[in-house]
Amino acid sequence: MINKTIANAKEAVKDVFSNAVLMFGGFGLSGIPENCIKALLEKDLTGLTCVSNNAGVDDFGIGLMLKKRMVKKMISSYVGENAEFERQLLSGELEVELTPQGTLAERIRAGGAGIPAFFTPAGIGTEVAEGKEIREFDGKLYLMERWLKADFAFIKAWKGDTAGNLIYKGTARNFNPMMAAAGKITIAEVEELVPAGQLDPNQIHTPGIYVQRIFQGKDYEKRIEQRTVSEGRG
Amino acid sequence: MLNKNQIAQRIAREVKNGQYINLGIGIPTLVANYIPDDLEVVLQSENGLLGIGPFPTEEKIDPDLINAGKQTITMVNGSALFSSAESFGMIRGGHVHLTILGAMEVSENGDIANWKIPGKMVKGMGGAMDLVASAENIIVAMQHCSKDGQSKLLKECTLPITGIRCVKKIVSDLAVLEILPEGGFKLLERAPGVSVEEIKSKTEGKLVVEGEIPEMVF
Repeated sequence: MINKTIANAKEAVKDVFSNAVLMFGGFGLSGIPENCIKALLEKDLTGLTCVSNNAGVDDFGIGLMLKKRMVKKMISSYVGENAEFERQLLSGELEVELTPQGTLAERIRAGGAGIPAFFTPAGIGTEVAEGKEIREFDGKLYLMERWLKADFAFIKAWKGDTAGNLIYKGTARNFNPMMAAAGKITIAEVEELVPAGQLDPNQIHTPGIYVQRIFQGKDYEKRIEQRTVSEGRG
Repeated sequence: MLNKNQIAQRIAREVKNGQYINLGIGIPTLVANYIPDDLEVVLQSENGLLGIGPFPTEEKIDPDLINAGKQTITMVNGSALFSSAESFGMIRGGHVHLTILGAMEVSENGDIANWKIPGKMVKGMGGAMDLVASAENIIVAMQHCSKDGQSKLLKECTLPITGIRCVKKIVSDLAVLEILPEGGFKLLERAPGVSVEEIKSKTEGKLVVEGEIPEMVF
């Protein structure tokens, strides 16, 4: 079996270049590639386009890359938790392409699956539809959206094997599987890396064909944005 | 007038046995507290879960298990996890029966505005546009008027639109209203102590009143 294993996050990001298009898995701070983001922060990069559902918070996740002025453009569905983001956006330093969440997920899926464009009802009658082709199918209006692909996709999984097969945990799966397929070079960091053959093929979420590099991550913080508890129940 | 919990309580009466339901952030999330125990329903979280359970106890908190509002949650028995693409596939594909969400404005033909206020920081639409474009039944939880007394039930929305001709029913702090297919807010119920006259005066869009309008009972 092909071995995709590399030593660490530093090696994983060694050839990431300025002005590249990067994808980051995660929803909020759940399921984000913490190790790779840290390693990218050590590099001297500018002009990056980042595809990620959210933009992290001021002191964690992609928020740290914004703070270092590494990012030229964000393609996201919701960016509300980040004051530095707001400042850069209002001052014109940062460009943002807001995309409905389902459209974002499907654009990425389409990128990985070789579908250059598709029609969706999301955004009809709104500013999202401006400048886009609109067509009627069976009496309902739909707008055309294009695929998204990346030079590098950064994926966080729960378990992975040396062949690049991945298993996610809970809702930390989110955008990771589609992004894995949409990256020219896909880098997976996992909480537990095992030899090929130790994961049950029936349980694999992302087949190793999409993954070029895999490494065992460390020191996961897994920050929680809205710690919400119930009394007694649960 | 209804408080937030009463709005949620009233909306919960719209829930039917066997439904798959997406609850938005804010008042809609509270609806889960009032769904009768004898109804079997499944709550969908658009980040990738069917089967949202109660919030966890301190010991059961799992950072890998959150809802679309990024709150920590639990899963009920029989839950299923999936990717965001699959999640919006089931939304777009019409498999989710009921969507409950908040709104800043609703127009008399069912347009909804709830994602952007000009001049304020744009946070993004999240999944709202996908949900309203596809759901077969959309119920909106909202305040009838803004803080300075302006009606939010309008002839036409003034804020940027999230989706067109999609809202079916509104539960506000003053009333329950249905959007008529030909346009107009049909008054169905009044909040306790609120008169038809008051609702009329606070609804800018076309209000349709037929016969006696019952008062809600809690």
